[in-house]
Amino acid sequence: MAIKFDKVSDGQYQLDVSGYVCPHPQMYTKKALQKLQSGDELALIFDNPSSGESIIAMCDTEGDEIFEREEGNGSTTWKIRKG
Amino acid sequence: MATDSTQVLSNPGLLAHKGGYKAMALVALTVILSLGLLANDTRWIYLLVYVWFGVAYGVLLQYGRFCMASAIRDLFAIKVPRMAVGVMIATALFSITAGLVTVSGYSTFHPHPLGWHIIAGGLIFGFGMIFTGGCASGSLYKTGEGNMGSMLVLLSISFSMALFTDLGSWSNNLAPASWAESALDKGMPEVLTVTDGWFDLFTAGYVWNLSGGTVADMVGTGNVWIDVFVGNVLLTAILPSLVILVILYMSTYRKGYIRRNKLESLSLGDEMSGIWAMITTSKNTAIAGLGLGIFAGLQMWATGALREHYEIFNFGELLMKMGYSEGLSIQETVFDPGYWYITTQEAQFGGWVMSLFGRDVTDNIFFGLQNGIPNPLINAPLLMSVGIIVGAAILSLSRREFKWKIPSVETAVFAIVGGALMGIGARLGMGCNVGAFFAAVTNGDLTGWIFLAGMLIGGLLGVKAFNVWLNRKSAGDEFDI
Repeated sequence: MAIKFDKVSDGQYQLDVSGYVCPHPQMYTKKALQKLQSGDELALIFDNPSSGESIIAMCDTEGDEIFEREEGNGSTTWKIRKG
Repeated sequence: MATDSTQVLSNPGLLAHKGGYKAMALVALTVILSLGLLANDTRWIYLLVYVWFGVAYGVLLQYGRFCMASAIRDLFAIKVPRMAVGVMIATALFSITAGLVTVSGYSTFHPHPLGWHIIAGGLIFGFGMIFTGGCASGSLYKTGEGNMGSMLVLLSISFSMALFTDLGSWSNNLAPASWAESALDKGMPEVLTVTDGWFDLFTAGYVWNLSGGTVADMVGTGNVWIDVFVGNVLLTAILPSLVILVILYMSTYRKGYIRRNKLESLSLGDEMSGIWAMITTSKNTAIAGLGLGIFAGLQMWATGALREHYEIFNFGELLMKMGYSEGLSIQETVFDPGYWYITTQEAQFGGWVMSLFGRDVTDNIFFGLQNGIPNPLINAPLLMSVGIIVGAAILSLSRREFKWKIPSVETAVFAIVGGALMGIGARLGMGCNVGAFFAAVTNGDLTGWIFLAGMLIGGLLGVKAFNVWLNRKSAGDEFDI
């Protein structure tokens, strides 16, 4: 189980922090978003519900947009557009 | 963040998924076990009060994702004040119910002695907490979500506390000589060997010389309503919480609020709306805080009323009457705080397991004189902690958030090392984020804010250390694009 951060295509990235619990998901998400350019999209896959709440608040403050959410079976995928 | 384009899968009804059935089965099992106990002896109601309040706390903690580790860590690591705001609101609200209980005369709260150990304990606890990913109560509810890493944290806290309170003769020299003299002066029974072991020397030779009190005592107008509501509620809990909320707003939330609302200059009204917006984004945590406040107050009241009914001061007396004398302290008492508490009962569990392996921990003040090491099956506060896990499991199953998570090696190492530090910090500081902070500041005990100050310093250092680790790791190929 390792954290996977990949470039899928131009402007499209994916971060998989499945299996990781607080504080890893939110801290890695912050790090990943810092590497992105404004307008780039990040698909974030995680399975630690409480990190989600922190990530929502972080995006809210930083001006990043969570534009698509898929939830269920204990795993969550969010697409975030960097502001 | 725009929500119009946000797509959330619809939340099905409770019985539309397997988790819902499992949640109901868990409720049914807890009810059946409770009824079984009552059929055996109605006096088990005293223990069941702990269990069911635990279940309620577990539901609320999971609902609000109420976690002090996340409050402090998110604030320092990603500048998100959401949980810290929720904790402050919960503090203000709980103080009101705690005040009502105090005025009614049913309060079971005892103020903590004031000394350096509070801030040192908070610091060590706060540092460890960053690495485990959960505070003492947070690790309980996360265990209920199926997180086995959090379970490891609980075990590590339990055994580090038991080992720390049972340090052997080698640790005597670490204590000042004056502690040994002072400890001897207390005239404790020889069986406790109060001059043997650092924690005994610390307790009898240092902590017992200190005093503590509530702000209500200091106000001392003679009118209990004024003393409690001005001293404990307003001055100790609500005003400091409001000041911290304003600081949180100014230092974190305000920037995003201005940007989102395209404001240029802010009137006082705008600032107030901004603070309100910050509070409402923490709505779930605040609701959980309100619920925790109400239930924590009710628990004190219920336990107080039962003590009056059975004419006892401590559950140990009731256990004696019921024919259970094993594991009681030499005063024939057990740990029985009567309110929301987390760590002492975990230490008892650790001590009990150690005693199974032949280690005599009853020659220590902590176990032998104060808390005992009752069998976990009749340890009421420990079953409250089990109740918290069950309550959190019930809600997370029904919300489809339950998932068995096996920790990676890294997470497991952090859980064990961080949990050990939390255990040491909790025993030094006489409690965790609940007993030493939350229950203290809401009952007019200023030592709670000192513990929080220690936790903040420890948390800040912990985040810095964690970042160093993270940067080292991501400098490898793992985090390159």
